[in-house]
Amino acid sequence: MSQVRVLVGTRKGAFVLTSDGKREKWDVSGPHFAGWEIYHLKGSPADPNRLYASQSSGWFGQQIQRSKDGGTTWEPVGNKFVYAGVPGTHQWYDGTPHPWEFKRVWHLEPSLSDPDKVYAGVEDAALFESSDAGQSWSELSGLRGHGTGPHWAPGAGGMCLHTIVIDPSNPQRMYIAISAAGAFRTDDAGKSWRPINHGLHSQHIPDPDAEVGHCVHRIAMHRSRPDTLFMQKHWDVMRSDNAGDSWQEVSGNLPTDFGFVIDVHAHEPETIYVVPIKSDSEHFPLDGKLSVYRSRSGGNEWEALRKGLPQKDCYVNVLRDAMAVDSLDKCGVYFGTTGGQVYASADAGDSWAPIVHDLPAVLSVEVQTLA
Amino acid sequence: MIRVILPAHLRTLGRAGSEVTLEVKAFTIGGLLDALEERYPMLQGAVRDHVTLQRRPFVRYFACEQDLSHEPLDTPLPSPVVSGAEPFLIVGAIAGGSF
Repeated sequence: MSQVRVLVGTRKGAFVLTSDGKREKWDVSGPHFAGWEIYHLKGSPADPNRLYASQSSGWFGQQIQRSKDGGTTWEPVGNKFVYAGVPGTHQWYDGTPHPWEFKRVWHLEPSLSDPDKVYAGVEDAALFESSDAGQSWSELSGLRGHGTGPHWAPGAGGMCLHTIVIDPSNPQRMYIAISAAGAFRTDDAGKSWRPINHGLHSQHIPDPDAEVGHCVHRIAMHRSRPDTLFMQKHWDVMRSDNAGDSWQEVSGNLPTDFGFVIDVHAHEPETIYVVPIKSDSEHFPLDGKLSVYRSRSGGNEWEALRKGLPQKDCYVNVLRDAMAVDSLDKCGVYFGTTGGQVYASADAGDSWAPIVHDLPAVLSVEVQTLA
Repeated sequence: MIRVILPAHLRTLGRAGSEVTLEVKAFTIGGLLDALEERYPMLQGAVRDHVTLQRRPFVRYFACEQDLSHEPLDTPLPSPVVSGAEPFLIVGAIAGGSF
């Protein structure tokens, strides 16, 4: 029988939640790396028992942990992230040049086909890769070396590369997103990059239609339609049907189009999910009612999904890496909150129940569907 | 043998006991850290920067009731540390964590 494994990164450790295909009863393992911030952990599609975790602390810096047994045991691997060449500068909050400084790994994206290959998105924004299962890391410097690099600036959470999307139909093509620089695409396996922000409109930058400077929060793709991308921007939900060459807004009837997460149903490429957040200055649900919104039309027309979610006095946030789907039928949808809850829906969002109530603030949620 | 006391998180990371003993080639702060990182490679980057070798901002070095955190790496270790009478403490500062 199928099994589901939910990988949860929190402010104070990692947790592994497992259930059978019914997704009713859950076992909770953790905290792993207790006391450390776990920004993200994710399994290899090519070997589901191979997991990678980003472990960091204000005291002791960055560690990368690797598991070969689905998260039962872990071993520290390479943590040396050194920018290629002279790091140069980007813009600081006050507009002055600021040297590029490594702070942490926000996101780990294992290769779709090679369990030893994994990408790391870091703060200050850069993309690293490892081809030896995390033992050593080298920068794909064509991204940071893109001519606009000196103009990138941090968002409120730092200047982080937080999203890495690999095209399953074209191993040369990959997308990344940076707060607050925008989205970028490579068509040559990471050697060179170009910004793909045409159609984004951001009032918080001097030129709202600028080539870079947009605070992209998350990008999602369905495997069957790799040229169609969905984006939750700082404000606005966007879609592209030409691999990011241009974007159009699909916020439609959302009550607010600010938010962090976005994801796509495992079997319906036009069914997408967001969690609207009141505003950039009030990071909590509207009116204290936690709601997932689903569009079955690829955007514009949205329905609120509230069954089982708190509808009173709920003031949590859902951070950008904290939503994922499984590939069972019906599709399972999962998200974690800064209040430490992880909610699951085993019916594509129609109803929800918490798996856990009281974890530390959730930073990331990933899901593995195991045969 | 030099005695080193590690903070809890680094004991876990290094799978080490509360106190480790090290064979040190150079009896300086830098020599001690070199020996620590050679024996526990997973601690590389956790106490000091990989490249610059600068102490991480929220790590402190104490010995013999002195704060050696701001001393250069070639600073000789205090005699009681060299003799093993006193440990060298690597400490996580009061600040540095997150809520």
